[in-house]
Amino acid sequence: MSVLVFVENIEGKFKKSAFEVVSYAKTIANTLNQKLTAISIGDVSDTALESLGKYGANKILNVNSEKLKSFINQAYASIITQAAKQEEATIIVLSNSFSGKGLAPRIAAKMEAGLADGAVGLPEINENNFRIKKTAFSGKAFALTELTSVIKVIALNPNSFELRDEITTPEITTFEADLHSQDFNTIVKEIVRTTDKISLPDAEIVVSGGRGLKGPENWGIIEDLANALGAATACSKPVSDAGWRPHEEHVGQTGIAVSPNLYIAIGISGAIQHLAGVSSSKTIVVINKDPEAPFFKVADYGIVGDAFEIVPKITSAIKALKES
Amino acid sequence: MKILVCISNVPDTTSKITFSNDNTIFNTTGVQFIVNPYDEIALSKAIALTEGGKGSITVINVGEATTEPTIRKALATGADNAVRVNAFPRDSWFVAKQIAHFADGKDFDLILLGRESIDYNGNQVASLVGELLNIPSISIAKKIDITENTAIVEREIEGGKEIINVSLPIIVGTAEGVAEPRIPNMRGIMSARTKPLEVVEPIDVPLLVKVVQYEIPPSRGAVTLVDASSPEKLVELLHTQARVI
Ligand SMILES: Cc1cc2nc3c(=O)[nH]c(=O)nc-3n(C[C@H](O)[C@H](O)[C@H](O)COP(=O)(O)OP(=O)(O)OC[C@H]3O[C@@H](n4cnc5c(N)ncnc54)[C@H](O)[C@@H]3O)c2cc1C
Ligand SMILES: Nc1ncnc2c1ncn2[C@@H]1O[C@H](COP(=O)(O)O)[C@@H](O)[C@H]1O
Repeated sequence: MSVLVFVENIEGKFKKSAFEVVSYAKTIANTLNQKLTAISIGDVSDTALESLGKYGANKILNVNSEKLKSFINQAYASIITQAAKQEEATIIVLSNSFSGKGLAPRIAAKMEAGLADGAVGLPEINENNFRIKKTAFSGKAFALTELTSVIKVIALNPNSFELRDEITTPEITTFEADLHSQDFNTIVKEIVRTTDKISLPDAEIVVSGGRGLKGPENWGIIEDLANALGAATACSKPVSDAGWRPHEEHVGQTGIAVSPNLYIAIGISGAIQHLAGVSSSKTIVVINKDPEAPFFKVADYGIVGDAFEIVPKITSAIKALKES
Repeated sequence: MKILVCISNVPDTTSKITFSNDNTIFNTTGVQFIVNPYDEIALSKAIALTEGGKGSITVINVGEATTEPTIRKALATGADNAVRVNAFPRDSWFVAKQIAHFADGKDFDLILLGRESIDYNGNQVASLVGELLNIPSISIAKKIDITENTAIVEREIEGGKEIINVSLPIIVGTAEGVAEPRIPNMRGIMSARTKPLEVVEPIDVPLLVKVVQYEIPPSRGAVTLVDASSPEKLVELLHTQARVI
């Protein structure tokens, strides 16, 4: 038996969330005294594949195909399921990324496996049960979930597991899956990437603006601060509803849920729906001119004052810190 | 076009979430239930696609009799008929099995649902039903355009979007921006009372996952306030105390 981990690449490169799932799956494999196999699909160089050895992959199945360079949900699910069978894997781990969210349930359904989506920690494993903590009620609670099936699928939330070095020299082999035309029902016509921006779900720092900024023309101070910190930008729902910012920046209960190391909320009141999506951030900073703003109740640090005066000063202080 | 919309009955977004029986049961006392906000988007899209007699909309909900007000709301908004699978929605796998069982062989061109329910947050049902019915699934769509038999769907990806071409039938989970929200009007509310709402019994589904216990996230300690006149102090604290920059 073994643990299988799917490592997702973006244009041939692995991002932090890919290393996170490897390190997480390795920790589970060690607990169970099993080997860890990683599977990669697409056009990834051997050097990139070898980098998975830093976090303990014992074996890497490489599915290298032009046809599979972009994400084809059904085909990927078939490949991973076949690999799991070959490797006699009873635990399959992947990232709860946008693609992972579409993929994990399909794999689970193929294998009649229980699925823990949005896992935030390692499973508690003992003879009789396998339990794992996942987010529920849009960040307002966690659910300790027991997977009672033989095969188990875990989709790990980005930024919820700290990397652990464990050097291995993985054996890289080519994996040929048996695919059918119906695995290729969807055709990716185009991929549009906003390359100059850091992607929100896996950002380590997020700078977020609300209605307190008064209008889209004032977003410069948010962007300057984000640039100084190497952070992603986000916003509250009314801001994206008003078209000041794109919908994909909206965080909260009905937007993206984020859990960065640092979340800086500027001119956001802290409504319950907003908090739901951001409260699992490790450190929260709030800048608001109203001392009664509910956001201060869930913040670690705060400044009561005018964002237009304060934010540029913070940006300068950060630049000074980075230069020193 | 024949469309199936899956709707989930969830606690209102302002609800304070609490649990009883040693944190094993979600406490529904005093909680207002609503149509899952993402499912409203799915329904609004279905209405836009069938407007002017261009098709029909069935809504399906897996739930006990208490969910009927939510189903009636969907009928009032514009669905033609509804089905309730009479069971507590134990988990996404159970729900998906019921929906797939109902939809199988009924020739829906399109199944729309929300990207996720705001209580379970599984983001599972679209892909599970897709797999069970062996049709393509797109779990988080930002835009859906349909001409004849093909759909062009924009899917969210990290740091961008992907544009996909796919032939119907498909199942798609909707996110914000897919449709202008619709709300029931007086005529809709009147007619909803007489629209058909069929109740069917569930099929048996083996248990694969179960929630053992819920947990409320720990509350944070008191906020450390920094004076507005010295914002650089905040940067120092973030660097030396919180160690996040
Ligand atoms: C079904 C539903 C779902 C929802 N989902 C979400 C969601 O996912 N995400 C979300 O964010 N919201 C969501 N909301 C909306 C939510 O209820 C709030 O309305 C929203 O979060 C408020 O946004 P805001 O804080 O930007 O604006 P406001 O509440 O208007 O707050 C603006 C804040 O800016 C401060 N301010 C003003 N000027 C300045 C200044 N110069 N300097 C500093 N501070 C200043 C004010 O003191 C105030 O606290 C949802 C609502 C519903 C009904
Ligand atoms: N009990 C249910 N009955 C009908 N549809 C549901 C039910 N639960 C979830 N769904 C649908 O599946 C979507 C995704 O749910 P989930 O996988 O729980 O996040 C929801 O937005 C609904 O459209």
